[in-house]
Amino acid sequence: MFVAGCDIGSLSAKAVIMKDDCIVASSIIFARPEPGESARVVMDGALKKAGLTMDDISCCVGTGYGRNGIPFARTVESEITCHGKAAQWLKPQVRMVIDIGGQDAKAIRIDETGKVVRYAYNDRCASGTGRFLEIMAASMGVDLDAMGDISSQARNPVSLSNQCVVFAETEIISLINAGRELPDIVNGLHKALSHRVASLARSIELDSEVTMTGGVAKNQGMFDALQDALGVKLIRMDTDPQIIGAVGAALLAGQKAAGNG
Amino acid sequence: MIAAGCDVGSLTTKAVILNNTRLLGYAIAGSSINPEKSAAEVMEKALKAARLTFNDIGFCVGTGYGRERIEFVKKTISEISCHAKGAHFLQPSIRTIIDIGGQDCKAIRLDAKGEIVKFITNDKCASGTGRFLEVMAKLLGLELEELGSISSQATHPINLASTCTVWAQAEVIMHLNEDMSRADLAAGINEAMAARVAILARSVGIEKDACMTGGVAKNTGVLEAMEKQLGVPMRRLRVDPQMMGALGAAVFAREKMGGK
Repeated sequence: MFVAGCDIGSLSAKAVIMKDDCIVASSIIFARPEPGESARVVMDGALKKAGLTMDDISCCVGTGYGRNGIPFARTVESEITCHGKAAQWLKPQVRMVIDIGGQDAKAIRIDETGKVVRYAYNDRCASGTGRFLEIMAASMGVDLDAMGDISSQARNPVSLSNQCVVFAETEIISLINAGRELPDIVNGLHKALSHRVASLARSIELDSEVTMTGGVAKNQGMFDALQDALGVKLIRMDTDPQIIGAVGAALLAGQKAAGNG
Repeated sequence: MIAAGCDVGSLTTKAVILNNTRLLGYAIAGSSINPEKSAAEVMEKALKAARLTFNDIGFCVGTGYGRERIEFVKKTISEISCHAKGAHFLQPSIRTIIDIGGQDCKAIRLDAKGEIVKFITNDKCASGTGRFLEVMAKLLGLELEELGSISSQATHPINLASTCTVWAQAEVIMHLNEDMSRADLAAGINEAMAARVAILARSVGIEKDACMTGGVAKNTGVLEAMEKQLGVPMRRLRVDPQMMGALGAAVFAREKMGGK
């Protein structure tokens, strides 16, 4: 029996197909303006990889920012529930999940069953979300995906004095004009975002067993900077951290298909 | 006894020349990356308007973001003190001043003598500062000054749900794509601006008379929205509100020379 999870985020859409508690296929695309279209395209991608059609999927659960626009989802669940569920399933020792999304950031504390105990959430201020890096990358003319590599070459990272995205943008322009090296600036940006997210995590009491999920976790510079800011060693996911929300949705779909949940 | 004040802000540089209590001349120009030069040029312009030269200045006080870079001042004083001084000089009944600058915002409460009782500053978040309006004006393809005038033609001002400048920008773009009129957008932007600043102002306590200073005070849309938000009239001062910091600096300069 095949089940699926579909996570429509603000920047990317993800789909995961599972069978008997195993991930069969997954797909990631840039989000389209219309969530329904994103859902269809990303799910088609995953189905094709698995050699399946939509008729083979007995249950699909939707999640993410655009979850209510997924036409084929039987039910929807919050990203918080999905990230908690999947993180515990993949790494049973995890008790805290930090998920930096394109337009938000979440710190989630879970129990040994993956149930959400407490969470903190920021979607009010763009600083402290993935948008911060996106805007900075654009204004420096750097590819968002290249930021991790660039930051690893830093020798003397800058210390940003502004938190606000708007003010920080001006600040990095003057840093560039002042002749600061690009890697030093990128590294400083990772530090700045990490401090924001770390204080969000501390607001619900930090746990020592922490993992990082979401697309931003693929950025090694951010992974390292968050580790420094939290002062704990992060547990690394063996699965692509960007699809964790969709994995959680697929796990919940599995429970529904089996008649529990 | 000629006293001068110079206010080097993040966006504009201002200079005021006083002879005792008489305003002899003033000037304003955009700030450049070279504050020393901006300050000297603006002061030159103000002196010209007053038919004076640099040698005529008895004492000059500097203020604003770039005050430490002004070469010809004898003393520097914070913007907060200068705005308070300038507003009190023009209108001794003023008790609350809301100063919106290019990249900050301040609410200041004064006592009857013009002494500062309490103040609060926001320079951490662009929302609620002049920068918010600057970003929005650019988005609408308007000059900063036009945001106020165009908003008076609004029939159905939009309601911005986001406080963050970045998110509000996305909202405005969405409305632009829906072909919303620029007047309705501008009015909504001015109201959002006032709502954000009103929170700051309330935290120092609003007392009558109140006034707005700084460049944003010239935006009637924000000014009227602020009056509505706070429920008190904003007193219109007889000098350009954008000159208040420089005027206060000049008043301080006059006091340094022994004037009362």
